[in-house]
Amino acid sequence: MTDETVISAKDLSLTFQTNDGPVHALKDVTLDVRKGDFVSFIGPSGCGKTTFLRCMADLEHPTGGTITVNGVSPEEARKSRAYGYVFQAAGLYPWRTIGGNIRMPLEIMGYAKAEQDQRVARVLELVDLAGFEKKFPWQLSGGMQQRASIARALSFDADILLMDEPFGALDEIVRDHLNEQLLSLWDRTDKTICFVTHSIPEAVYLSTKIVVMSPRPGRITDVIESPLPRERPLDIRDTPEFIEIAHRVRDGLRAGYGDAI
Amino acid sequence: MGWLVFALGVWAGGWWLNHVLAHRPKTRLTRLAVPVIFGVTILMIWEAVVHGLEISPILLPPPSQIAVTFAAKTDILWEDFVQTVIKGALTGYVIGCGAAFLIAVAIDRFPFLQRGLLPVGNFVAALPIIGMAPILVMWFGFDWQSKAAVVVVMVFFPMLVNTVQGLQDTNAMQRDLMRTYAAGYWMTLLKLRLPAAMPFIFNGLKIGSTLALIGAIVAEFFGSPIKGMGFRISTSVGQLALDLVWAEIAVAAMAGSAFYGGIALLEKAMTFWHPSQRGRT
Amino acid sequence: MRNVVPILTVVCTLLVIWYAAAVWLNAPWAYNKAERAGIELNFADLVSDTWSQDKPKLPAPHQVGAEIWKTTGEMVLNGRGFSKRSLIYHSWVTFSATALGFLLGTGLGIALAIGIVYNRTMDMSVMPWVIASQTIPILAIAPMIIVVLNAVGISGLLPKAMISMYLSFFPVVVGMVKGLRSPAPMQLDQMRTWSATPAQTFWRLRLPSSMPYLFASLKIGMAASLVGAIVGELPTGAVAGLGARLLAGSYYGQTIQIWSALIMAATLAAILVGLIGVLQRITLKRMGMA
Repeated sequence: MTDETVISAKDLSLTFQTNDGPVHALKDVTLDVRKGDFVSFIGPSGCGKTTFLRCMADLEHPTGGTITVNGVSPEEARKSRAYGYVFQAAGLYPWRTIGGNIRMPLEIMGYAKAEQDQRVARVLELVDLAGFEKKFPWQLSGGMQQRASIARALSFDADILLMDEPFGALDEIVRDHLNEQLLSLWDRTDKTICFVTHSIPEAVYLSTKIVVMSPRPGRITDVIESPLPRERPLDIRDTPEFIEIAHRVRDGLRAGYGDAI
Repeated sequence: MGWLVFALGVWAGGWWLNHVLAHRPKTRLTRLAVPVIFGVTILMIWEAVVHGLEISPILLPPPSQIAVTFAAKTDILWEDFVQTVIKGALTGYVIGCGAAFLIAVAIDRFPFLQRGLLPVGNFVAALPIIGMAPILVMWFGFDWQSKAAVVVVMVFFPMLVNTVQGLQDTNAMQRDLMRTYAAGYWMTLLKLRLPAAMPFIFNGLKIGSTLALIGAIVAEFFGSPIKGMGFRISTSVGQLALDLVWAEIAVAAMAGSAFYGGIALLEKAMTFWHPSQRGRT
Repeated sequence: MRNVVPILTVVCTLLVIWYAAAVWLNAPWAYNKAERAGIELNFADLVSDTWSQDKPKLPAPHQVGAEIWKTTGEMVLNGRGFSKRSLIYHSWVTFSATALGFLLGTGLGIALAIGIVYNRTMDMSVMPWVIASQTIPILAIAPMIIVVLNAVGISGLLPKAMISMYLSFFPVVVGMVKGLRSPAPMQLDQMRTWSATPAQTFWRLRLPSSMPYLFASLKIGMAASLVGAIVGELPTGAVAGLGARLLAGSYYGQTIQIWSALIMAATLAAILVGLIGVLQRITLKRMGMA
């Protein structure tokens, strides 16, 4: 693992003007993400974790502070296709097959036809969906759809993967399975992953770094470097180390609520 | 008297048959057979009642007579069909829908225009546009060009409103995804918004298909050369040749269903992915 | 309300285009007149001439407005608001046929829809034909209905209302069948658990759920009724009604008369459809659906 910083936010703030007055979605958020990190953002709804991710992706514009992705502004990073983004819902196009959906960004980015075919086949293999290329999204289960949407984000080989509660809508068993697959994918490809979640076990199981956030205003209350090894079987979740980190995350979350509870 | 008893018998028999068929498990066969039996029953009752009550064929010709006229006058019917449906309705339909589509794509870039045009378009779509017919006949002459012009005006607004709505029918996530790919306006239009708009566009095309035939036929009531379905209907009504009128109506019905059916088939092939199409097999 | 400015802009643009088109379309006749009179037309003369011709190809909006005022407001002021030359009279004739046909068509349509929803035989026999008939240019039979009904001694309002009824009937059936079938299976099961009678299920679940669909089809039906009444007036020999005014205008090349009848018809349509819209808003609001 190198020490190269991939995403760097300094005093980042974002304020939405609403009819009920300004909402501080993010306030003075400072964070560095190193290459190869798996960073989870966890916190109650309204804590700005999704907003933070959208700032990295240039889908929101911060109102204060600075943020760089790969050393340049998020907009330049977006235009150089530096990251793949996975939304909460799979969001596959119903009129395209699974293969056609994964091919979509490749078409937009102007890859040659032969290369498209080869890349589609490769990422389908990567997410364990080989053989489903010709199926339509609505013929697949929710978990398979979400895997296809991850494959779509992987297809153009961006070094950064931004994931916004990608498994939030799936049931526990499918979720475990996808978590395991995502970890092994991360291990094999050495990508930098930013992962928004509101599940404590998911955050602890996946991450090398857990960022605990709290709402009103959205801010970071704790950053936990995970001592867990890169190799993580599912039953690591029963070890004392795992439980200890989970406790620390829970404490951080509770502290963030302040007197709200 | 015999005819009337026959009519009652046909009615009872047809109903009983359909009742039995309808309460068996639905299959493709019964789904097709039940409405066909119903249609045939109606035709037979019509025939029987006309004979039984001795209704003058000037008021209501029996189906058999209409069929005979249809077979005997195919040349006239064909000529009228070409004049009204092919030249008038189809030309106007293609021009009107095409223009509406292009303008919808163009105004789609300007939210201001959309907000202004959508309510106006919706309003105009509810107006009796057919009333424009006498004006357009005056401008474009008696031949099919004026009929095509009426059709253009009639299909334009429903098509425009539907296309504009369709182009807006993408959700924030889909648009964000396009943004993360750094896709430009045209890429987004081509890969996301046009495919997403297809169900709406086809809805506009379907509404237009019925309006096109109505427009072409009614416009002929305001003046036409001595051919065309609307002309034939209005003059034959004057001559009390109702069998020919009914034959023309049969042609209009067939043309309308075929037109609509063709578009519906195309829709099924192109928007098979849409939930409204998926359920059917 | 934020749409007001854009709408006004669009409407104003349309008016500007209308005026410009009036200049363009009427210019040949203006030049023709000037040539015979031996006058050179400058631009201002041309514009003022094209906007004030007697039988223009396209009358300017203010000419149409003046004609409408002359045949409505002014006649009311003179106490002849209901004379045969007044557009109010003709609009009333058309409206009464529209309204009667619409009421009959809606009533029949709802009745048939209930029959279709509750009777499987009817559903399978009739429904395909109702749907198919929507694709047929039904309006084509309007002249025949008028003449045949005349021949058996029915004339006046009723034949036109029959056409209106016929046209408004189909959208109502289709919309109402969809509406009565719109309750979710869960809601119907809920009714079963309370062992509600079919009548209770109908009045408390199916009918209320169908209201949004009903109003949507009533709007279509109303617009169709008006078209039916107007077209129904064409073959009666142009006696009374907006359709008759259209036909008479086209016989005698009275373009201003055609346009004023057309605008009246549009206004009538807007009022009638708008009325249903208001009714819809009130009803749905009371039901808590809007």
